[in-house]
Amino acid sequence: MTPVPPARHLLRAKDLVDARYRDPLDVPTLARAAHLSPAHFSREFRRTFGDTPHQYLLMRRLERAAALLRNTDYSVAEICVTVGFSSVGSFTTTFRKTFGASPTAYRAAHPPAATRARVPTCVLLAQTRPQTAAFEKTANGGPASVETQTTDEGG
Amino acid sequence: MLKSLTNVQVWVHDQDEALAFYTEKLGMELREDVTVPEMGNFRWLAVGVPGQDDVAITLMAIPGPPVFDEDTRKKITDLMATGASGGLFFATDDVQGTYEELKKRGVEFQQEPTKQPYGVDAGFRDPSGNSMRMAQLA
Repeated sequence: MTPVPPARHLLRAKDLVDARYRDPLDVPTLARAAHLSPAHFSREFRRTFGDTPHQYLLMRRLERAAALLRNTDYSVAEICVTVGFSSVGSFTTTFRKTFGASPTAYRAAHPPAATRARVPTCVLLAQTRPQTAAFEKTANGGPASVETQTTDEGG
Repeated sequence: MLKSLTNVQVWVHDQDEALAFYTEKLGMELREDVTVPEMGNFRWLAVGVPGQDDVAITLMAIPGPPVFDEDTRKKITDLMATGASGGLFFATDDVQGTYEELKKRGVEFQQEPTKQPYGVDAGFRDPSGNSMRMAQLA
């Protein structure tokens, strides 16, 4: 039997973030999904996907928040909690740093893509996830603190 | 002019494992499994959705030389494992029921059935990391 490429195990952790981004995922939990030690996992995750596990989780939450802003009439507070942030203040600050606009302004400026084309969810997930580099640039050298229980021990 | 689409291809890192996954877990039927000795034991392996006879999915092993050099073969294998390869989209009349059945069979889901503007869809992967989606369209 052909050996499974190591990245396939890391992909399971990435998929876990995509599926359970609302939950307080931590590095040990993600590392278990990839069958790696937490420190080794964080290094390998970043080497393979370009972001640390924490950055990937943060960007997934922001991407999902942006999608909910575009496609629903949920309040900003509801969206904040729905995607896994625990503080509206930090959510709003992080969102603004990443997208360059407050959640309310972003909603007003972006009609739902689904009104223009039937875009599969996987495409939306991939195409509208903010880039970590842009976030770091606007955050004055490092990711802003996000009040979640997420930890990132090795990235 | 072109008449119809007959085959789509997905790279797989292990054809036996892929065949078991697509037939035993996803419930597809084996269409062709032919090994050609004079082509270096090239194996043409195709499966399909029961009831849709005119489209098959070719489960293609990533070839080494003379098709790809070892470096290229490894790069493709690694890219697939990161989920970077393309995906397949399926339709179902019962996304929730299919999700529960496939989950019970051990299929790895990336996304549970979720309401979308176009219906309800769910996402899963094959053993090689290829992305698959199924949708119950509104």
